[in-house]
Amino acid sequence: MSAELLERKITPLANRRKRSGKEQFWLIFRYASLTFIWFLIVMPIYVLVVNSLKGVKDVYLVNAFDLPKSLDFSAWPTAWSGGDYFSAFSLGESMLRTLFFVLQSSIISAIIGSINGYVFAKWKFPGSNVVFTLFLFGMFIPYQAVMIPLVQFVTNLGVNKTIYVLVMAHVIYGIPICTLIFRNYYASIPDELIEAGLVDKASRIRIYRSIILPLSLPAFVVVLIWQFTSAWNDFLFAIFLTGGSPKLSVATTALNFITGSSNQVFYGLNMTASLIVSLPTLIVYIFLGRYFLRGLLSGSLKG
Amino acid sequence: MALQTNRRFSTWIGGFLLVVPSIAAVAVFVYGMIAWTVRISMTDRISASIKEPKFVGLQNYSNLISDSRFTHAFENLLKFTFVFIVGTTIAGFIMALLLEKGIKGEGFFRSFYLYPLAISFIAMGTVWNWLLNSNVDADAGGLNLLLQKAGLGFLQNSWYLSENGAAYALALPAIWQMAGYVLALFLAGFRGIPDDLREAARVDGASESKIYRYVLFPQLTPTLFTVLIILGHVSMKVFDLIIGINGKSYVTQVVAVYMWESTFDQRNYAKGTAIAVVLLLLIALIIVPYLRWVIKQEEENR
Repeated sequence: MSAELLERKITPLANRRKRSGKEQFWLIFRYASLTFIWFLIVMPIYVLVVNSLKGVKDVYLVNAFDLPKSLDFSAWPTAWSGGDYFSAFSLGESMLRTLFFVLQSSIISAIIGSINGYVFAKWKFPGSNVVFTLFLFGMFIPYQAVMIPLVQFVTNLGVNKTIYVLVMAHVIYGIPICTLIFRNYYASIPDELIEAGLVDKASRIRIYRSIILPLSLPAFVVVLIWQFTSAWNDFLFAIFLTGGSPKLSVATTALNFITGSSNQVFYGLNMTASLIVSLPTLIVYIFLGRYFLRGLLSGSLKG
Repeated sequence: MALQTNRRFSTWIGGFLLVVPSIAAVAVFVYGMIAWTVRISMTDRISASIKEPKFVGLQNYSNLISDSRFTHAFENLLKFTFVFIVGTTIAGFIMALLLEKGIKGEGFFRSFYLYPLAISFIAMGTVWNWLLNSNVDADAGGLNLLLQKAGLGFLQNSWYLSENGAAYALALPAIWQMAGYVLALFLAGFRGIPDDLREAARVDGASESKIYRYVLFPQLTPTLFTVLIILGHVSMKVFDLIIGINGKSYVTQVVAVYMWESTFDQRNYAKGTAIAVVLLLLIALIIVPYLRWVIKQEEENR
């Protein structure tokens, strides 16, 4: 699996013997380039962080790269509660609402994915490969191609008045990728393990419970993180299915409203709000980045 | 083999029943709703007031061709896609090339190179909206200021506000966000090449640059194919990034944004669905052959 390949340790050639002058040059060149790229990649998040510490007003583009003269945290509580600046939306409330629905949709997705993955890897039925391929296509479609009927459907059902509409959307449209991740993971479990269980007259369900499930933790982490991150960052479903209603705003839609609406722009607030919205997924990435990467590579079918 | 598809009904029916709910969900919500979208796109439901839409065939599609706003959005999408794919592929490839041999601190660089993938386009859009400010020279801030300081003042630009360059300018943040993905794919590609190949070439006295050119790069052709497909389909769908930076503004409208505007603001479901179907076809055109290729490879490896 490619994700493991990334972790493969390669002994640097240069360590094996004394470096020649040419090799020395290339090593320095590589470090210089890597550092230059590092600055480019870090720059936007640096701008977010320093400008969130300059207060609400008097944050200007010409000073965007300067460090704050004195630390002013006042933009943080204001961005969180909305204060007098955007009273209709509370970013804090939207964040909590997002957390509420994202946790549910990720957990449900992981359970469904695990069951499906087991069937598609170890308990195949006639035509299961074709069905699986049809699932995979569902992973790549532009959701615009289902959006209008979906909006009509949830409106008729009345679920668009609650946040569960997003739980539903992320669970259903997450089925393909979650199934794929678990199916690939289970495919790497040797068939002999299951055959041994069958010889012992254990049922397939029993084998799933007592052999497969205890081995599944890494795949669960991958799927949970993947679903968490993509649902947290999702804008398309949120904006279509909640119709931009403030009562159902989630992190991204609230942020889009805050940064895109007012006539007078307060950059200190905007930057702080963006940083707050980014923090949950960033924290997950910092601690569990390896698993996030696996989800990402699965999405290319090369996981 | 007990685990190969067993034709005996009693053996497979249990597994089948477990996935029936998912099959039903995908059948209804993916394929059923695509069919429904196609159906709406062939009616005259051009505003919310039309309660009983009539069948009009491909009328909405031919309307799109003569709709200058649609062709404008389509043109923007092509411009964006071109710069985005070329830029992201090159950036990611260079990053992988710098890291592939293993270097002290690789983990550090790699983690930083990949973090943009974890952040929403909407959040980063706020920063890029600011950094890509159009002020130049004395009033400059953001990227224009950085360019001045680097002695590249002549590159200063009005970015997404420029009339011709707006779609290209938006590829910049997209490259920033997605380059890590390409890095990961290429790095995995490099590391999947058996060491023996490299060693054998070295023993034969090939120079390092020749080894890359004739031994390693040809091995990465399938990876490059994957990268282009993935970036291509991501690019076709680009939506939140554009909204995050420049909202629905005309200059930077792409197909997905125009679909949203037609559906949401104009309530023109016939037009919205027709645009969505065009988008779906564009993506299917690249994804279907890709899926077939991946599946064929998987079967060969078995």
